Amino acid sequence: MLKKLSIAAIAALSLTAGGAMAAGGESHIHDVDFSFEGPFGKFDQNQLQRGLQIYTEVCSACHGMRYVPLRTLGDEGGPHLPKDQVRAYAAEFDIYDAEKDEDRPRTPADPFPMSGDPNAPDLSLMAKARAGFHGPQGTGLSQLINGMGGPEYIVSLLTGYTGEEKEEAGTTFYENTAFPGGWISMAPPLAGEDVDFADGHSNELHHEAEDIAAFLMWTAEPKMMARQKAGFVGVLMLTLLSVLLYLTNKKLWAPIKGKKFQG
Amino acid sequence: MSGIPHDHYEPKTGAEKWLDERLPIVGLLYGTLMIPTPKNLNWWWIWGIVLAFCLVLQIVTGIVLVMHYTPHVDLAFASIEHIMRNVNGGHMIRYIHMNGASLFFFAVYIHIFRGLFYGSYKAPREITWIVGMLIFLMMMGTGFMGYVLPWGQMSFWGATVITGLFGAIPFIGEAIQTWLLGGPAVDNATLNRFFSLHYLLPFVIAALVVVHIWAFHTTGNNNPTGVEVRRDSKEVVKKDTLPFWPYFVIKDLFALAVILVGFFAVVGFMPNYLGHPDNYIEANALATPAHIVPEWYFLPFYAILRAFTADVWVVMFASWITGGIVDAKFFGVLAMFGAIAVMALVPWLDTSRVRSGRFRPQFKWWFYLLVIDFVVLMWAGAMPAEPPYSIISLIGAAYWFGYFLVILPILGVIEKPTTPPASIEEDFEAHYGKPAE
Repeated sequence: MLKKLSIAAIAALSLTAGGAMAAGGESHIHDVDFSFEGPFGKFDQNQLQRGLQIYTEVCSACHGMRYVPLRTLGDEGGPHLPKDQVRAYAAEFDIYDAEKDEDRPRTPADPFPMSGDPNAPDLSLMAKARAGFHGPQGTGLSQLINGMGGPEYIVSLLTGYTGEEKEEAGTTFYENTAFPGGWISMAPPLAGEDVDFADGHSNELHHEAEDIAAFLMWTAEPKMMARQKAGFVGVLMLTLLSVLLYLTNKKLWAPIKGKKFQG
Repeated sequence: MSGIPHDHYEPKTGAEKWLDERLPIVGLLYGTLMIPTPKNLNWWWIWGIVLAFCLVLQIVTGIVLVMHYTPHVDLAFASIEHIMRNVNGGHMIRYIHMNGASLFFFAVYIHIFRGLFYGSYKAPREITWIVGMLIFLMMMGTGFMGYVLPWGQMSFWGATVITGLFGAIPFIGEAIQTWLLGGPAVDNATLNRFFSLHYLLPFVIAALVVVHIWAFHTTGNNNPTGVEVRRDSKEVVKKDTLPFWPYFVIKDLFALAVILVGFFAVVGFMPNYLGHPDNYIEANALATPAHIVPEWYFLPFYAILRAFTADVWVVMFASWITGGIVDAKFFGVLAMFGAIAVMALVPWLDTSRVRSGRFRPQFKWWFYLLVIDFVVLMWAGAMPAEPPYSIISLIGAAYWFGYFLVILPILGVIEKPTTPPASIEEDFEAHYGKPAE
């Protein structure tokens, strides 16, 4: 009985954690199948590169990513750009050099620029700072199975504009089905066919939204693939250790329990 | 160290004798490791080792994190991102530390409920229980302050809400709150002192753990039957017990390895599941998150805190009798700390002469209900403070207090317990038969 109860308790425990974040149920977030979901999920390198292009050509007009070092664009498990491309990309942005008291081009050791518009939030961690669907019924089961859902939120937001506008206190708000509260001050950043991809990939709105969401997932969690690998090795080694300790324990206790050890 | 008769360490060689006369450390370690342990301990007794492991894990990963962390309001959040992106293996160390706290609390709750079911708190183990409760309180303080350090939105607002509880104390509350925060609001002074204490308290916990172990090594372990080890002679003791090493060390290590499989799966595949997205937004004193929710391990007590609103009759009564000094907010604070206090006092509230819940037919069901109550409170604590959740929290809180203050004292008198086995040996042989000759 105690055992059954504890299992129920563990299950309920894991549920409440997700339920803890059940908030503003009115926003609509739809599920997207990303390549990086699940324990064996991987970032799609081409998708990350397309996302970088969208970020550079569209988002970076207002937003920044102050925590993301430019050199990580060359990392494995990320966009994996060649070194010279990373250097060339970095040099497109200037940074103030306090020693020389002048601006100089950025190097891979520098981070992405900060947001140019003070009202535009930094995007470094956006995919982890927003959650997706908490359901069913605020249990957080969906997050347990599909992950936190930050990228889904980003896709839903970017494709969730209804076209309605209103003006309040001199600021224009745009109706959005994903944004909590329903009205967002960011004008629709993507309309479809905003960028042309070198690899000829579709630039329809929902494709663009998915690409930028995947890219922002990478900027938020750049070590995801290394982490999953470490987790996998950890689980494997500890399972092996568990088996060995189980057998050791069984053999050790066999004479005490009046059993013969067969192993 | 133990009150149970057993073989002690005898220095044999000249060098051993030389050391033993000056510092009997080998004897101490021998006595601790070879302590006679009831041989019928079941799997609920493995969580102590898990907890010891958690403490070491948190201290080791924490020390490494401190090497890269900057406790300053302008730099703390960025330094965590520095750890996540630039420090070799930093993301793993940080995620292990973050989820290690959850494993720590998960283990401590099972450990506590195990003690509650098998009557481990009863005489002569009251000191072990009280020290354990002190450790639990320190863990809560450490966990809470650690959560503030990343300086995310939930860190900041959690700190604001929780330190605000002290502000609810009549007359002196605001002064205490200001003193705790080091200023009128959560700011750099708060972050710095929380960092200092977050580093200090684990070592206090470690010292208390030594006292905890010392205490139950003096009384001997409890066991699932609640029947004491027979202490007539070393030979009789050996019928009821086995030395801790190797029998229980190997058993506990096996259990630990299994638990760590799950732990590494969480760290590797879903490290942020137990966290809040809001904590990946840097603290902002001007923007309050829509829902301020504590970490999951505080939720049952958070639910009790919020359960007592101004329209509950006990709160109205308390307010009336104290002439308004005790308002709903202060009542909630008293209830939250009271919930832990009544649990700490359980050795004197439980009147039953039978120790283990296994032989208490009615107690069992009240206990199972308490476990369910705890889980329900945890769930209700995560929900918004509005009906029906507020009513569920109130019922849950009432049962929590009722269990300790009413049910346990009365049950010990009216309940007819079944007969426990005469000895641990008898219980063990009933399960496994006589040992092979």
